Amino acid sequence: MDIRPKVLITKIGFDGHDRGSRIVAAGLRDAGMEVIYTPPWQEIATVVKLATEEDVDVIGISSLATDHLIVPKLLAALRAAGSDDIAVIVGGIVPDEDERSLLDAGVARVFHPGASLAEIARCVRELAAAVRARRTVEQELP
Amino acid sequence: MNQAIDDHLLRVTDAEARWQREYAEQIGSDRQVVNRSGIAIQPLYTNRDWDSSRHDDAVGFPGQPPYTRGIYATMHRGRTWTQRQLIGLGTPDDFNARLRAVLAQGATAISLIPCNSVFRGFDMDQSHFELLGTCGTVVNSAEHMDRALAGVDLARTSCAMNDPSPFTLLAFLLAVANKRGVDWRSITGTSNQSDYLSHYVANHMFFRLALPGARRVLVDHVDFCMRHVPKWNPMSVVGQHMQQAGATPAEAMALTLSTAIQVAQDCIDRGLDPDAFLPRLTFFFDISLSFFEEIAKFRAGRRIWARIARERLGAKDPRSWRFKFHGQTSGVDLTRQQPLNNIARVTVQAMAGIFGALQSLHTDAYDEALSCPTDFGARIAIATQNILREEAHLTDVIDPLGGSFYVERLTDQMEDEILRVMKIVANAGGMYRAVESGLVPKMIGESARRFQQKVESGEQTVVGVNAYVADEDAGARQALARPDATAMRAHLEAFRAYKSQRSQAQVAAALAALARAANAPGDNVFAKVVEAAEAGCTHGEICETLRRELGFGHVPAFV
Repeated sequence: MDIRPKVLITKIGFDGHDRGSRIVAAGLRDAGMEVIYTPPWQEIATVVKLATEEDVDVIGISSLATDHLIVPKLLAALRAAGSDDIAVIVGGIVPDEDERSLLDAGVARVFHPGASLAEIARCVRELAAAVRARRTVEQELP
Repeated sequence: MNQAIDDHLLRVTDAEARWQREYAEQIGSDRQVVNRSGIAIQPLYTNRDWDSSRHDDAVGFPGQPPYTRGIYATMHRGRTWTQRQLIGLGTPDDFNARLRAVLAQGATAISLIPCNSVFRGFDMDQSHFELLGTCGTVVNSAEHMDRALAGVDLARTSCAMNDPSPFTLLAFLLAVANKRGVDWRSITGTSNQSDYLSHYVANHMFFRLALPGARRVLVDHVDFCMRHVPKWNPMSVVGQHMQQAGATPAEAMALTLSTAIQVAQDCIDRGLDPDAFLPRLTFFFDISLSFFEEIAKFRAGRRIWARIARERLGAKDPRSWRFKFHGQTSGVDLTRQQPLNNIARVTVQAMAGIFGALQSLHTDAYDEALSCPTDFGARIAIATQNILREEAHLTDVIDPLGGSFYVERLTDQMEDEILRVMKIVANAGGMYRAVESGLVPKMIGESARRFQQKVESGEQTVVGVNAYVADEDAGARQALARPDATAMRAHLEAFRAYKSQRSQAQVAAALAALARAANAPGDNVFAKVVEAAEAGCTHGEICETLRRELGFGHVPAFV
């Protein structure tokens, strides 16, 4: 079944470089997805609330200046809100050591500079399909 | 006699026709070449493409209007550019250790990059601990500044600080100068990142106060510095963010010049004499890999600014007409794949800046697409400058590409393109209005998407990314040292103790005076920021007060 993924593209922390998040948001929209985009500097609680209320499949965090270091806090907040079925991906300047800890903490995928929009769209599509499938199974459980 | 001239012309015409024929035969299907600014590039330029009778008016001599060949008579043959590398990581003590090492190597100018929490207007006790000091130094008070600059002779060292409105870092520096008995009139340096318009449209992390407040505080800051810190450069107009965010080189130059006009006009409207503040105005640009285009961008920008300063802003002092700029090699052009290739990229970018006749240069470290630069990466970036300056003979001749048919023609074409974009901005009511209405952010976003499409389609080659891809582990290099968590925790505890031990009455009074000034249009807000710094107020307290009175610097979703 073809689904229309719903994605939140946002930035947490203090960095304001948004060329990447704007390009990815526009690219995913062009690829036919439903994209919610926010300006930089969102509070973690705001992201959780928005993602939950909008029932998104995937959250994409753009990090160009070490803000990825607080992504584990976002994952914990999603768990606390019972919204950890949402897949979280990160894109930007993420050193390898940090990528490993992010993946260990539950981030689905990390994209680095040079990643193509097609590659990101494919990944989001797959993640969204998996999220929807899991949600369907959960709903059918007694 | 006439017969000889006719013969000569005939031969030249013959030669040209022959070249055109041979070129068409040998090239097969010629590809269309268009530079980043959208200008079509020919395969060959000759004296038919550039009318040398315009030489004296359009090119002239170095140090003379229109300054196409450089703003000083001697240019790099007399004095090479200032090597200004950015530093900033960890605690003030970490910064001081790094700074002293740089000064010991002979540097006379320093730079201070604060932590992202500082950029956004918060103190360390209002921030995620994980982020503190990871992208800059945590400086929240005059006391922190004193430690960061321990052992530095403030009267003899030029300090460049990334210090957006309301310019708390300069306020802390002035408080330190008072404490050490250093005359403010001897202090030199630059308020980098003072350009709120570029922060609103591009690098938003520096955008602390809402547009109208930011506009007013900048003029207050310029006014204050002219009166009390006359050797300080209070305003750096930034094209770098806009080009990094996606503006083409011509757009970035046009938007920067439009910003300079806006700021200068705001200062003139305040009653400041253009010849008092324009000589202290500096520019900051990105240098991309599009080598000749960047050189032409800088040559054209110098020429346009000389005309604007004189004719439009009414400046009479030639120092006001000089387009002084700092260049930084473009980080966006660097790749994570095969990162050592970036050394070659930075070298070409830096050469474009040097031939573009810059006054100061930052070369990026090759590993900036992987993380904040390592010491090793930073050392190669400095060595690149040293090689270009002292080994490569680039500085022997002033404007060595001047007179090239291609470069002169391209300079003219870039000038036309820059003027075209400036006109769009002027028609929208000037840069402030064009920024506020979203016109400028939209223009930049569209250019960014166009460039991305060129990369994804393969029209623009990026070695290691969409061509010449190699199976190589980009991460195979030494790990970046993050600030020591124990030292940062101690810094945080000391800051908390400092805050509780201050004279709270003095702090409250200074912040109340700051709030009053913010609401009294005739008062100088920056003067009160300086008083607050001397009273022991912190960066976060000063920013919070002004955010409350003047509005927080939010940006809309530009998608």
